[in-house]
Amino acid sequence: MRMTYREATRQALHDALASDPRVFLMGEDVGKYGGSYAVSKGFLDEFGPERIRDTPLSELAFVGAGIGAALGGMRPIVEVMTVNFSLLALDQIVNTAALYRHMSGGQFSIPLVIRMATGAGRQLAAQHSHSLENWYASVPGIRVIAPATIDDARGMLKPALADPDPVIVFEHALLYNAEGELTDAWQQADIRSAKTLRPGRDVTICAYGGTVGKALDAAFELAGEGIDAEVIDLRVLRPLDDETIMASVRRTRRAVLVDEGWRTGSLAAEISARIMEQAFFDLDAPVARVCSEEVPMPYAKHLEDAALPQTPKIIAAARQLVGHRAPSVPSR
Amino acid sequence: MSDMAPKPVSLPRELALRLLTDMVRIRRFEERCADLYGQQKIRGFLHLYIGEEAVAVGAIHALQPEDAIVATYREHGHALARGISADAIMAEMYGKREGCSRGRGGSMHIFDAATRFYGGNAIVGGGLPLAVGLALADRMQNRRRVTAAFFGEGAVAEGAFHESLNLAALWKLPVAFFCENNFYAMGTALSRSESQTDLCAKAGAFRVPTLKADGMDVVAAHEAARQAADQVRRGEGPFFVEFQTYRYRAHSMFDPDLYRDKAEVEEWKKRGPIHNLTSRLKAQGMLTEDAFLAIDAKAQREVEAAIVFAEAGAWEPVADLTRDVHTEPAR
Repeated sequence: MRMTYREATRQALHDALASDPRVFLMGEDVGKYGGSYAVSKGFLDEFGPERIRDTPLSELAFVGAGIGAALGGMRPIVEVMTVNFSLLALDQIVNTAALYRHMSGGQFSIPLVIRMATGAGRQLAAQHSHSLENWYASVPGIRVIAPATIDDARGMLKPALADPDPVIVFEHALLYNAEGELTDAWQQADIRSAKTLRPGRDVTICAYGGTVGKALDAAFELAGEGIDAEVIDLRVLRPLDDETIMASVRRTRRAVLVDEGWRTGSLAAEISARIMEQAFFDLDAPVARVCSEEVPMPYAKHLEDAALPQTPKIIAAARQLVGHRAPSVPSR
Repeated sequence: MSDMAPKPVSLPRELALRLLTDMVRIRRFEERCADLYGQQKIRGFLHLYIGEEAVAVGAIHALQPEDAIVATYREHGHALARGISADAIMAEMYGKREGCSRGRGGSMHIFDAATRFYGGNAIVGGGLPLAVGLALADRMQNRRRVTAAFFGEGAVAEGAFHESLNLAALWKLPVAFFCENNFYAMGTALSRSESQTDLCAKAGAFRVPTLKADGMDVVAAHEAARQAADQVRRGEGPFFVEFQTYRYRAHSMFDPDLYRDKAEVEEWKKRGPIHNLTSRLKAQGMLTEDAFLAIDAKAQREVEAAIVFAEAGAWEPVADLTRDVHTEPAR
């Protein structure tokens, strides 16, 4: 069945609300407005204001209230409008949610799901466009996931809600309108593993969230040049699925890491370091990164485009890596 | 006020003695903590509650076992009053695995699931949203429980305070906001940090009912807290109590205490909560000096036993360093 990412996300939320009375949705404009990305449209009428809870613009308090409600036996889903706004709640997420179990000696778990939109591409400029997934992915005690496909948007919420610890779900804002096929595989979605979306022999392209489509486009074009790229959708940004990444890189001997975050200290930097640690002697070329430029996201379209990882940059990086082998030897 | 006739204690004798006993237990416990800190048995930060005991004791005895407590990093007193064993608290301060937080928390992070004691939160104001959420969970599950959030007057400068009061009031959640106003946020006096120093006026701005209580008088503290807890339990929404109190010791063991007048400290010491209660109970014939000494001796024995327990405790194996970061396998 074809559907949008928005619809897949909506169905996942609907399932969760319909099947477990402990689940409720809380955030800015999730109710009467219908969700700032229209994901929860109609929920208020169906589930009522106790479970579809509009909040004041108090990220710190309502994220913290989600933590407390999780401790109190509920299964809250807290929606933060964008990752940029989540910084107002960073204290509660990092200093409380992530640390609580450990600093209480294992006495308390926080089964909380926090969803937030992330990413650029809609000319929303610097304060609505950043990809700060890696900030959260660097913190022990939380799990960070980034569904990029229709199947994952539909399937990853259920295991996220079943996780006894906090899970942050990043939804790239450009994906909501993306359409695709929902396959039966959605029911097997997990929150542990990366997923190989396209097998290939010559180079591994790792991407997540909003860059997965760009990576697939790049692989398609590269195939036309005789470069067979494998595309991995990381899906789970913490903990990283080293096994899938390394198995691929050991086979292809080359890696291009695509990350909409800023290059410095990026998730791509972390993965690159892991490849050095675990697969250095299997490499035929240095690991390449295609990240966002180190600039606050500009408004003007041509500047925003230039700041972001784009398909041609991924293609160029892959070509260059393959060029490290004896030049112009076709791979098949 | 010393020349005024002491106000009679209006509580039943048994309860009054329980309040007294807990204040003495906390005092003795913390005096030994200070010693042990000097001996480097307890490390890290150590924030003593000495002088403020009436607040935690009075307020916590107004709560029911099913209620929740969210406290701050100055929480030994609250933990003891709540019934967490002195053994488990002392072992935690030693960093031993027998500690209530398995040596992961220390002085600032006392937790206890059995008594619904949710920390031990060392970000000023950080416990307030948590308390709102615990109360929200109770409301959504139709439980008549109170969540008591303790915080200092320093926390009212944080956004978390304002956001949490608004949310609790907006949603009529069962939170008792217990503000321990000891007049100094570390070294910064209330009057030097707030344009509005009337804390009840701040809470009132959110249409939360308020009470101001003498935090040096455990009876007054208890009565104010009981009124607040009862009203909250009836489902009438949050309540805010300002307990005016004073810490006799420095902010932490690192604090040279240069920001306040020694005379001011001495003036407050005349209002000492333990002395305040004992003298009134004696005047009413509810307590003899011998009975007081017996309470004190028992408290000291309890603390010494806790020290023995903590000394004998084991260190968590380093192999278990990463346990309890996540609930499952991740070990």
